[in-house]
Order: sequence, then structure tokens, then C-alpha cells
Amino acid sequence: MSELLLDYLPLVIFIAVAMAIGAALLVVPFLVAYKQPDPEKLSAYECGFNAFDDARMKFDVRFYLVAILFIIFDLEVSFLFPWAVAFGELGLFGFWSMMVFLGVLTVGFIYEWRKGALEWD
Amino acid sequence: MLEFWTDYVWPVLVVLAQSVLLLVILLIAVAYIIYADRKIWAAVQLRRGPNVVGPWGLLQSFADLLKFVLKEPVIPSGANKGLFLLAPFVTCVLALAAWAVIPVNEGWVIANINVGILYIFAISSLGVYGIIMAGWASNSKYPFLAALRSAAQMVSYEVSIGFVIVTVLLCVGSLNLSEIVDAQDGKYGMFNWFWLPLLPMFVIFFVSALAETNRPPFDLVEAESELVAGFMVEYGSTPYMMLMLGEYVAIATMCALGTIMFLGGWLAPFPVAPFTWVPGVIWFTLKCLFMFFLFAMAKAIVPRYRYDQLMRLGWKVFLPISLAMVVIVAGVLQFTGLAPK
Repeated sequence: MSELLLDYLPLVIFIAVAMAIGAALLVVPFLVAYKQPDPEKLSAYECGFNAFDDARMKFDVRFYLVAILFIIFDLEVSFLFPWAVAFGELGLFGFWSMMVFLGVLTVGFIYEWRKGALEWD
Repeated sequence: MLEFWTDYVWPVLVVLAQSVLLLVILLIAVAYIIYADRKIWAAVQLRRGPNVVGPWGLLQSFADLLKFVLKEPVIPSGANKGLFLLAPFVTCVLALAAWAVIPVNEGWVIANINVGILYIFAISSLGVYGIIMAGWASNSKYPFLAALRSAAQMVSYEVSIGFVIVTVLLCVGSLNLSEIVDAQDGKYGMFNWFWLPLLPMFVIFFVSALAETNRPPFDLVEAESELVAGFMVEYGSTPYMMLMLGEYVAIATMCALGTIMFLGGWLAPFPVAPFTWVPGVIWFTLKCLFMFFLFAMAKAIVPRYRYDQLMRLGWKVFLPISLAMVVIVAGVLQFTGLAPK
């Protein structure tokens, strides 16, 4: 078999076995358990009263902001991965160019901190 | 025909058998770490914990499995049925899938891919989807709020875990998990492992792993006093069990990852005779259990964080420190000439 297939086929097989176990666990109670649904049992949970309306309501914009900040920093981490792996071979030039990049990023981080994007009150 | 058999069918069967074996061992191990978790928690509070089913309650988790299977599965009428059932499936399968690349001993790994740690990072990022899907599909207020909180919490701490991984990679020069363990081998035994030179990162990794797996003191996702049970409110029967299972398997993965990156994986703590006779897989298991004991003690001892404190810790403390540590580690390696070639 080819090199790539040898490396990644076990991964696919493992995930397939995990999916089989997951699917079996998910299906079993629908086959064996006792079922007697009624409208009260199937209504959404609230503390003692009937649910008033759809639960998908407006939410705070800060959650959205956190998601955006996460994308920036996570992309940066993914950008650091190959640099970190090849670090020994890059030499001084590779080191300083990444430091400049991290410096620019830190300026952005300080800006968003001072703007109050990280405040939760 | 014979060639087809020896080249294709046989290797696939071997891998299939190994996968089933690892998953069965993993699931049994999870049954016992749930038991250990409850026992440790009980011991800290001077209770006995589960002690009825089997000797010392050892069969408690299996009795719970039977109970979950026989419970009535309830799908709320307002829920999106497909997504509602897909969420526990995704959580459980993704948590299990991470174990395909974890080496439990030298060469004992299902898929020895050379981007192992990137794979684990990717899979654990996907874990947040299970929770968001569960929260949104339930169409109920508590799960919805919990899903929002959880998404923000998990992504915040993922950034610091990413930086921790980068510092380890700087010291190793490879993404392969087995090579990360090999890089910690040396004549000083446990003092060669990365927990000592990268101690601040080990602490950050441990705390971020607690937050990433929604463990107390960061279990705001299922804070009983405010959100009842968070995103799991509408779940029952095995879908609920699969969410819990996914959570505990994710904890086991984090323990294994901490063991591999900082505690020298399968290496013996002292490279001398009586310690090197013990098989590597035993050391690996002991170190994972040590990590899990820390997780359980954190749950028993530390009170729950408030949400703004949690976000402050993630963004204003861990992110700057871990970013600075990346620069410091890279600088030290560069100017002392210790960088791996």
C-alpha cells in the first residue's frame, strides 16, 4: 500500500469503529426502552410554567466579539505551528521575522484590551 | 489473489482489531474514572460515595449504563429532531476519535501520523459543535444560554492551549506525538521531561484543560444553580449518557495529552534498573491517572468561577502570559543554540 494510505487508513478505520459504537448506543433505547409520550412530557423545560415563546432569542453581542477574536488568535496559532516545527533550521532571520509578526499582533491585542473588547460586566 | 489478501485485507483486519481493542479498553477505563471521580469527590466531603453495586461499588458505572439504556428516550416536541440526536453522537465520536493518534507505549498507536498533535488540536476544536448543536436544537432557554456560554468559554481557552502546544513544539521540532515523548528521554529521567523547563506552560495547560472540558471550577456550561443542567436539560436516556461519555473521554484525552507533552509519556521516571523493567504502558497509565487525580481534586476543592472572572482569566491572564512564553522559549532556544535541528 502507498505511504499515505498506510498512515491515514488506520485513522479512518478507527473513526468508523467509534461511529459504530456511538450509533449503537444512540439507537438502543429506541428499540428496547418503554415509551409513553404525552404533550406535557414533550414540552420544553421551564421552571414550573409553560414555555412562552420560541427559545431562540436575542443574545449579547459580546459572544460574537469573542468568536471574532478567537478566529484571529487561532489563525495565528496555526501560523506558528509550521514555524515552531522548523525552528531549528530557520536561523536568526526566521526568529526575528516571527518576533516582528508577534509584535504587530501584540499591538492589536493591546488596542482591543484598551477599547474594552475583553470586559464582561 | 494471495497478494491482495496479504497487502490489503490482512492489514485492515489487524487495524480493525486494534481499534476495537483500544476503544473497549478506553470505554472500560472511562467507566472506572467516573467511579474514581465520584469516590474522590465523596472522600473529600467525608462521604462513602457509590458502594452498593458490586464490591466497594465497583460495578456502579455498568449499572448506570443499564439504567440509561432502559430509560425512555424523550425528544421535546419543539426540538429539531435530527440535530437533537446528532449532537450527542458528534460529541461522543469526536471525543473517541482523538485516541487514534495517542501513543500509549513506544509504537503502540493506531495511526502514527506525523501531524498527530495538529489532529488532536483540530478534533478538540470540533468538540464545541456538539455542545452548540445540543443547545440550539433543544429549543429551550437554559440549553440555549448554556450553548452560548460554552462556545465562548471553549474557544477562549483553546487559544492558550494552542500557545502551550507551540512552546512544546519549539523544544521538539516535530508534530508527531511519539517524537514529542522521545525528545524528553535523557539521562536525568523525570527531570528531562518538559514539566520542569516549561513549568508555567504546564500550569496553564492544566487550567485551560479544565476549562476546555467544562470541568469544575469552570463548569458554567452546566451550572446547576443558574442553568439547571445547561445544554443537557432536555436530554435523557443514552443521548444524555453519550454527552457525559464524550465529556469524560475528552478529559481522558487531555490527561493523555498532558502526559505526552509534559510528563514524558511512557518513559520511566528514573532511567535505572527497577524502573525500566516496568512496561511503558503502565507508566503511561499511572501518569494519566495522576493527571486525572489532579482534575478530580480541582473539582472537589475549588469553588465555581463567575463568568466574567472566567473570561478575564482566559483573555487577560493566560493569553498574554502564554504569548510571552512563546517569545521567551523561542529566544532562549535561539540564543543558547539549544534549538532542535
